[in-house]
Amino acid sequence: MFTFALRRFLIAIPTLLIISLAIFLLLEAAPGDPLGDVPLTVPPDVKEKMRAALGLDSAWYVRYLLWLKQFFWVEPLNLVDYIFGTDYAQGMQRVISFQSRQPVMQIIAQRVPQTLTVVGMSYLIGVSIALPIGIYSAYRQYSWFDQIGTLVSMIGFSVPTFFSGVVLIIVFAVKLQWFPSIYDTTHQVTDWASFMKQVRQMAMPVMVLSLYNAAQISRFMRSSMLDNLNQDYVRTARAKGLTEKVVVLVHVLRNSLIPVVTVIALGVPTIFGGAIITEQVFKVNGLGQQLITSIHSNDMPMVMTLTFIFAILIVTFNLIADLLYGILDPRIRYD
Amino acid sequence: MTDAVTLAAKRSSPRNQWWDVWDQFKTHKGALVGLAVFFSILALILIGPWFWTMDAGFVNLRARNQGFSAAHPLGTDQLGRDMLARIMAGGKVSISVGLTAMLLSITLGTTIGVLAGYFKRLENLLMRGTDLFLALPLLPLLLLMVTLFREPLSRTFGPETGIFILIVTAIGATSWMQSARIVRGSVLALKEAEFVLAARSIGTPPRRMITRHILPNVMSPIMVSATLGIASAIITESALSFLGLGFPPDFPTWGRLLFDAVDAMQLYPARVIMPGVMISLTVLSVNYIGDGLRDALDPRIRGR
Amino acid sequence: MKLKTALLGAAASLVFAPAAYAERGSDGEVKIIYWQAVSTLNPYLSSGTKDVETASLVIEPLAGFDENGVVIPRLVTEIPTVENGGVSADLTSITWKLKPGLVWSDGTPVTAHDAVFTANYCMDPAGGCAQLARYEGIKSVEALDDLTVKITYNEPRPNPYTAFVGATSPILQAAQFANCTGAAASSCTAENFAPIGTGPFRVTDFRTNDVVQMEANPNYRDPAKPAFAKLTVKGGGEAAAAARAVMETGEFDYAWNTQISPEVQSQMAAGGKGEFIYAFGTLVERIEMNMTDPSPSLPEGERATVAHPHPILSDIRVRKALSMAIDRDVLVEVGYGNAGRATCNLVPAPAMFASDNTDCLVQDVEGAKALLEEAGWKVGPDGIRVKDGARLKLLYQTSVNAVRQDFQSIIKQWWNDIGVEVELKAIDAGVYFGGDAGSPDTFQKFYADVEMYANNFDGTDPEPYLAQYTCDKAPSPATQWQGENVNRFCDPAYDALVVELGRTGEMGKRAELAKRMNEMLTKDSYTVVPLVDRGRLSARSLSLGGVVLNTWDSELWNVSDWYRVK
Repeated sequence: MFTFALRRFLIAIPTLLIISLAIFLLLEAAPGDPLGDVPLTVPPDVKEKMRAALGLDSAWYVRYLLWLKQFFWVEPLNLVDYIFGTDYAQGMQRVISFQSRQPVMQIIAQRVPQTLTVVGMSYLIGVSIALPIGIYSAYRQYSWFDQIGTLVSMIGFSVPTFFSGVVLIIVFAVKLQWFPSIYDTTHQVTDWASFMKQVRQMAMPVMVLSLYNAAQISRFMRSSMLDNLNQDYVRTARAKGLTEKVVVLVHVLRNSLIPVVTVIALGVPTIFGGAIITEQVFKVNGLGQQLITSIHSNDMPMVMTLTFIFAILIVTFNLIADLLYGILDPRIRYD
Repeated sequence: MTDAVTLAAKRSSPRNQWWDVWDQFKTHKGALVGLAVFFSILALILIGPWFWTMDAGFVNLRARNQGFSAAHPLGTDQLGRDMLARIMAGGKVSISVGLTAMLLSITLGTTIGVLAGYFKRLENLLMRGTDLFLALPLLPLLLLMVTLFREPLSRTFGPETGIFILIVTAIGATSWMQSARIVRGSVLALKEAEFVLAARSIGTPPRRMITRHILPNVMSPIMVSATLGIASAIITESALSFLGLGFPPDFPTWGRLLFDAVDAMQLYPARVIMPGVMISLTVLSVNYIGDGLRDALDPRIRGR
Repeated sequence: MKLKTALLGAAASLVFAPAAYAERGSDGEVKIIYWQAVSTLNPYLSSGTKDVETASLVIEPLAGFDENGVVIPRLVTEIPTVENGGVSADLTSITWKLKPGLVWSDGTPVTAHDAVFTANYCMDPAGGCAQLARYEGIKSVEALDDLTVKITYNEPRPNPYTAFVGATSPILQAAQFANCTGAAASSCTAENFAPIGTGPFRVTDFRTNDVVQMEANPNYRDPAKPAFAKLTVKGGGEAAAAARAVMETGEFDYAWNTQISPEVQSQMAAGGKGEFIYAFGTLVERIEMNMTDPSPSLPEGERATVAHPHPILSDIRVRKALSMAIDRDVLVEVGYGNAGRATCNLVPAPAMFASDNTDCLVQDVEGAKALLEEAGWKVGPDGIRVKDGARLKLLYQTSVNAVRQDFQSIIKQWWNDIGVEVELKAIDAGVYFGGDAGSPDTFQKFYADVEMYANNFDGTDPEPYLAQYTCDKAPSPATQWQGENVNRFCDPAYDALVVELGRTGEMGKRAELAKRMNEMLTKDSYTVVPLVDRGRLSARSLSLGGVVLNTWDSELWNVSDWYRVK
């Protein structure tokens, strides 16, 4: 297991380098211009000068190598400086956003809390309600509980968040006036009252997102449980006289988790990616909103850095999922 | 799925295996209802236009924002276009895009997942490729695809078919990764199961191992991804048209009807609910059909 | 010093007695929502409206425009003119005199050197200044003394109110930005996010693309203003959601650019929490005709260039027929409601430059058909006109936008009615307006027969705007497809008028010329087919007083006069 993990870790490095090159070339080749948002009243020659000031007049491989250097050398140095108060990175050019001219990492650091609290929380809630629902629906297949679960999860999955979000706003913010429709990212939790305010402003986005997550995961959980409930080993376990609880929650559950673990592990990086539409609808302004604004304004350094961090997370969590397979099913060997 | 079916059908038996499948399928009430609903939706969008001949794109500025009436059974939209005609025309696009894109993505995902899970040599290459695709930012990728392929495709296949191919490929090519990873995970576990070891020990060649022993046993997660895939393909299609990637703007689709109506939701709730219900109904019915099919194809259940 | 400002302020507040007898900071907090979030507060680095307008709360130009487009003093004692000697008789220089006693929000005095610094900051060739057009043709900017700035132009300048006028060219504090010139401009994050200014507010917290928090500037020149102690500008979401936050939930006081359909506007207004306000400027939604052949069968490099005139649209009768088939009032009613009005002019305002051309306002389907007949286009078996075996088929493109797609559908139908087949295409706005020479879908490349978008001009002088339509400004492969004359319109007589306009100083004459040029592009040639004069549309809460919508300058131009209605 350990050698497997180590080998995968070593493979991850060239993989990530190739991914970063692919992302860079993709962004480079995709149509669009960082100056697309500039009003039409600005003359073309001024735009040309602005383009040069962004460094866009040098060749792509020069910019790619520069980005690599900034991401793997200057940014870690800056982190060291920040933590230990040193000044190794003094005077080095960091990865700077085209749009705001702020170091990209500062923006990301500013955004992470919102995204983690809202998107992360809804993922946690989603997973923790999806698993029991999936298990119980499978155990009592075609009971009314299962039917309602199916109905709700299918609706939850086929109704897009741009619609369900607006419905919630109209019901809870406009008509009932229970929750605010706009998320206050500057809000600080200091006491009970401010904590309640935070809960209120998180309520609607968390509701929308956890319904969506729960819908998906509960379907996978249910189908995987169903597969295993019919296996011979379950019959054997029951015949041995094991209690129903042990049969279902130990034997069946453990074997059913493999596809579900994949789904959950794939979902974790998307927390970091943020929920683009939900963040837009409720103005949470986390990483998802930043990514989409940057893509629309062709803010290459920002998009490049965000997607690359995203790629690191994907590779990491896929590795974690693979390791979990081995723990859940000891027969799976990787050597 | 088809592999399992043909295999079942090939078995020499006095009675066609399909009848067994159908007999088992019939006992699944949900599946029957799902099938009925799905066929009525198909009937509505395929046969409906023969009876309701109004043009979905016809603008009638004197009949804007009308409610339900005999002239317009489902009312009209903000330009006086008939909603019934638009739902029917939209369904044709949404269902064909949804089904085709889902099939493409499932086929791709399953093939890559099975190959990666079964053949050790391919695993690294395929799974790292999957990681790469998961990491690529979707929007620029889609924009790039349009820029590169829209004109050549429209020239070769005509504008509508060209765009259809482009959209289906775009959705399929950007959504297979999850099923590939799930399938691979299941295959890894299956590979160590006793019956697979037994089959291998009698010298079954890999091709038959995969089609006969592995694929039928990873059907459940594939089925779930397929149902969820239809819903996301329909929604993704609407998202694509906001990038200018989708069909021409006067082409209604369910996703776009839904999106366009969201702003005026309080004034004209029916306009949001109708496409929303149609999408949900399609996904629900496909889900139940999938449930029934899976049970019907599982010989352990069918035997009982 | 303090006493003096207090006295000055007291005098000022007597003169400008606001509607409420408030003192500074007595009305609590005001919350504004810009659904396009603010990226930076330095307008010289970003020309996005959201950035320029939010920055105008903090940093100010020497002079601005009022709601009628008249130049008004902000940091100067009076507007220099030829009459008062501020503008030299030969129109080559302008001299501004700062108000005495002005201080920055950090308490240091504002001097003419700050203005000189600002001009040099923007004109630095390595800086990539987004507002360079405002400082074009300047020979020198010098400080004659601490309170006097003189700008000398290379050539006579009939409209000298460009540099330091309007929210797009505010004064930066030299002391703060001294190390941020040239290539260093972009690394000054702290300065760009919290410029020190003379405006009514100063920045306390800035989160890019999210939220800006401000507090009243303790050193603002009017001690009674602003009435609000705190101000928040939140970003994110889209127009309908922003309008909802003001009109329905009442969470915000002011929402910028709430472009939503007229029906939803009236439904939201019925809630009684707020109202929509609108004002008209120079923004015109128009259809542009392609004078060159965009056919994909032409080789790349010749496609859509002047080498191949358009096979259909080169005939003025076809262009005129297309314009006649459109009912502009219906478009306004469907798309904009109160915030739009039908127009036949490319330059709809200011009043002195606007032509009285109204003959396009009445739809004339029969007339359009007759014109097409006359041009030789005969109705074919399927209702589409044919001439010499070619079908009358047009590709009509625009950006992705709900109103524009509605317009496309309606206009397609009208054109179908006169026998024109129309194919529609919508392109992502980022690509369409993004000038990427590699993309086939930009509006400059114009690989379509007709296209629709909106454009306007900065300030009140249409000269640079009209000068866009000269022959040499046509985009082509040779210019990397850059250039504003997207129609590839080319008329030597027009080019001559552009030169003449550049030389003419007398206002009446200028207006005359501008009108003639406007008509040459619209009713004489139907190269540009204006549709709707689009106003600015914003929403304000009924509890927010003092709002005057201004289309010539920042929308937040008079925020110091805003107050809470009690």
